[in-house]
Amino acid sequence: MSKPSTPHSFGLVTAAPQFDRWVWIAVSIALLAFVPVITLVKLSWANNLEIWQHLLDTVFWIYVKNTVLLCIGVAFFTSLIGTGAAWLVTRFDFPLKSMLVWGLLLPLAVPSYILAFVITDQLEYAGFVQKSLRALFGWQTARDYWFPEIRSIQGAIAVLSLVLYPYVYLLARAAFVEQAAQLFEMSRCLGKSQTQSFFNVALPLARPAIVVGVTLALMETINEYGTVEFFAVPTLTAGIFDVWLNMSSLSAAAQIAMMLVSFSILLLGLERYSRNAGKFYKLTGQSPAMFAEPLKGAKAWLATGLCLLPIGLGFLLPIAVLSNYALRNLDSGLEQYMSSAWNSFSLAAMAAIVTTVLGLLLAYGVRLSKSAKMRSIAEAATLGYAIPGAVLAVGILYPLGLLDNALDRLMTAWFDYPLGLLFTGTGGALVLAYSLRFIALSYRTLDASLSKITPEMDDASRVLGAQSGRTLWRIHLPLIRPSLLTAMLLVFVDTMKELPITLILRPFNFNTLSTQVWDLASLEQLEQSSLAALTILLAGIIPVIIMSRNIGSSGSGRKGN
Amino acid sequence: MKNTPFSSLMALVVSLVVAIPAFAAEEVNLYSYRQQSLLQPLTDAFTAETGIKVNVVHAEKGLTEKIKAAGANNPADLVLTVDIGRLEEVRAAGLFEPVNSALINEVIPAHLRHPENLWFALTTRARVIYAHKDRVAAGELNSLNDLADPKWKGRICTRSGKHVYNIGLIASVIAEDGEAAAETWLRGVKDNLARKPQGNDRAQAKAIFEGQCDLAIANRYYMGKMYYNTKSPEQQQWAENIRVEYLDQQVGGRGQHINISGAGLLKTAKNKANAIKLLEFLAGEQAQGLYATANFEEPVRQGIQTDEYIESLGDFKADRISLQAVAEQRAAAARLVDRVGFDM
Repeated sequence: MSKPSTPHSFGLVTAAPQFDRWVWIAVSIALLAFVPVITLVKLSWANNLEIWQHLLDTVFWIYVKNTVLLCIGVAFFTSLIGTGAAWLVTRFDFPLKSMLVWGLLLPLAVPSYILAFVITDQLEYAGFVQKSLRALFGWQTARDYWFPEIRSIQGAIAVLSLVLYPYVYLLARAAFVEQAAQLFEMSRCLGKSQTQSFFNVALPLARPAIVVGVTLALMETINEYGTVEFFAVPTLTAGIFDVWLNMSSLSAAAQIAMMLVSFSILLLGLERYSRNAGKFYKLTGQSPAMFAEPLKGAKAWLATGLCLLPIGLGFLLPIAVLSNYALRNLDSGLEQYMSSAWNSFSLAAMAAIVTTVLGLLLAYGVRLSKSAKMRSIAEAATLGYAIPGAVLAVGILYPLGLLDNALDRLMTAWFDYPLGLLFTGTGGALVLAYSLRFIALSYRTLDASLSKITPEMDDASRVLGAQSGRTLWRIHLPLIRPSLLTAMLLVFVDTMKELPITLILRPFNFNTLSTQVWDLASLEQLEQSSLAALTILLAGIIPVIIMSRNIGSSGSGRKGN
Repeated sequence: MKNTPFSSLMALVVSLVVAIPAFAAEEVNLYSYRQQSLLQPLTDAFTAETGIKVNVVHAEKGLTEKIKAAGANNPADLVLTVDIGRLEEVRAAGLFEPVNSALINEVIPAHLRHPENLWFALTTRARVIYAHKDRVAAGELNSLNDLADPKWKGRICTRSGKHVYNIGLIASVIAEDGEAAAETWLRGVKDNLARKPQGNDRAQAKAIFEGQCDLAIANRYYMGKMYYNTKSPEQQQWAENIRVEYLDQQVGGRGQHINISGAGLLKTAKNKANAIKLLEFLAGEQAQGLYATANFEEPVRQGIQTDEYIESLGDFKADRISLQAVAEQRAAAARLVDRVGFDM
């Protein structure tokens, strides 16, 4: 921020228009991404004094309290599990490690409402665990003993932490692998203990990445709806839907949504503050991998157990329960299932590509412009992630509807060819909406990765005569390849799981796996949708494996060497 | 490997182009709050009979906004819902147009239609009390008001007060007795809850089976769904433990509260004639029979063969209050739930 806004210091005047072009591309993407927020502002433009008076008198502060508690809990547990696991698998060698490295990502593929359903099914009063306890000890009713209430804010924190910690794990692991190795080993050589070196060297170096991971987890937490509804924890998001659907006030709902968006702006501010507090570059493309210290005996198995725990609860348990259901319900609707699976896959692939390209252009524009203002604009473009999916869908419905109708009028007037609804009548609206929602994932991942490449590289490349586009292609892309894959993986998996946007924006006769799960789950027969649910989970494994090869290849190469 | 993203992208483009609704002659387009699995047998039968293709979007939220945003180009003809509130939402937005069909006017009773025929009920859904067969004596519970009696303290289960089914029930109490009386009543019910409102209607039956509560507020058709559920035999046990209690059946009593599933014709519909044909089909004997035997709801048409098990649960007198009047109290009901802290 202290640097002058002139983007280069070598007097390469001829290159200036090029920089402008990148900045303009980035600005256009940011504006596009900002569309739902603008719609939201417009929708919220109404006087809802009466509803607000009611909310303030009754439930508003309960909503706020629950939302804040949920965020604190999820932030604590995702950073604990994510950073802890990332450090264990990077620093130490223990049984099953090579599998755990990628296995730890798997809970990312589990939609939180499915995990909530499965865990409740096992732990609630009528579930397997309590039933067994009652049988064992001869208790008769709920008043005879104490058992934690699973449908509670604690339960929601547990479920959300289990499915969201992989964000932190993923980014922390990449940071440990990419940058902490040399300095950590230096610190050890200089006589610092294991613990000291971790807290004084490795953790501060990885902090920007950890903070990004936690921010992403919190943005998802804020707009979470399925799990909190299932667990009967009224949050601000629950309030949005209540005011919108039960009190029939879209504008008051938009006002609460604006509050959530401000909440995320606060989060983003904290994140930026924390990232700016320490800026680290890596100097070369390939840093040597960290020396993995072999653990022995009980310690080794303890490490294995610690890593297995989140995988077991967050992935293996739902897989086991759903497989059991799926076996009982194999006979139903295979044809429909196939078409849903195809729709899900192609939409997710498309969204992953589009979103990653948009995120990259945005991040690169920010890098080239080096201006704080540009960075703020880009940050604003990621706010879609903090708007509840259903609200975001409505936020792009109106502008897209206007665009569709205008195009239709034009085509009819000029060519006498009524176009119908080009976007909102097709899957086009879906891909656009996913991109606007998930651009936060790609932009933040790629921006964090680009920011670790020293600006001197750009300068060197340009001194040698490469233009900015060529520099991106030849220098930056190869260096950030793992992050590109990470970004695509995150968007792919999240699109597979996405429900509210898909429900609102899909065209006629169009099902995805998640809408199929919802269809039956809302009939209170999740058991019968288990095949579709299982597929969502399993599909999440594929990109995880591809990606783990990438971050894994630089991580476990020097094992015991 | 390299071609994968590109080929899937191309395939998607192709599938999207195909997905653009072709405005071919014989079809009708539905926006539905009803799940695919329930609706499909009905639409398949309609297509078989008339040759008219039925295109469906199943959604939960935002349908009104979707119709509004599309403006004159809105592709949908009909909206189907499972709750009076959602129908009213579309009507209040001014998106429905009256249907004049002699057949519909004849078979659907007036109190199950909008006064200007802007919407119709296709089935009714009774929100009854599930009572444990042994732990609650027959005749011990007669009226909605009884639910507020302290003798049920710690014995009642229900889903969230904010769920559309409960909002409809509470709105009917407000419409009938006024807001003050409804508040006293709802506070009484809250004091009797065995646990924080949670889960769905089926989960309440499970809680009765497990002994967590003795009474539950739930929709009657779930009894059929549990009783015939061979895939999850435990649900059959839940149903076997339950006696269905109908409320306010005494002479002069208001009658059992019901909600509806229903439909309305959109002003911007492009296939009006086909849409009305579909409405008439859904009110016809075949479709009404399917509603009654496949989903265990009560047909709106008289003299329809219903399900044997559901019949064994007994007959009831339904509340005849205007559903329009109930729907108008929905926002008040939602606020009441907040004021009482019913879900907290």
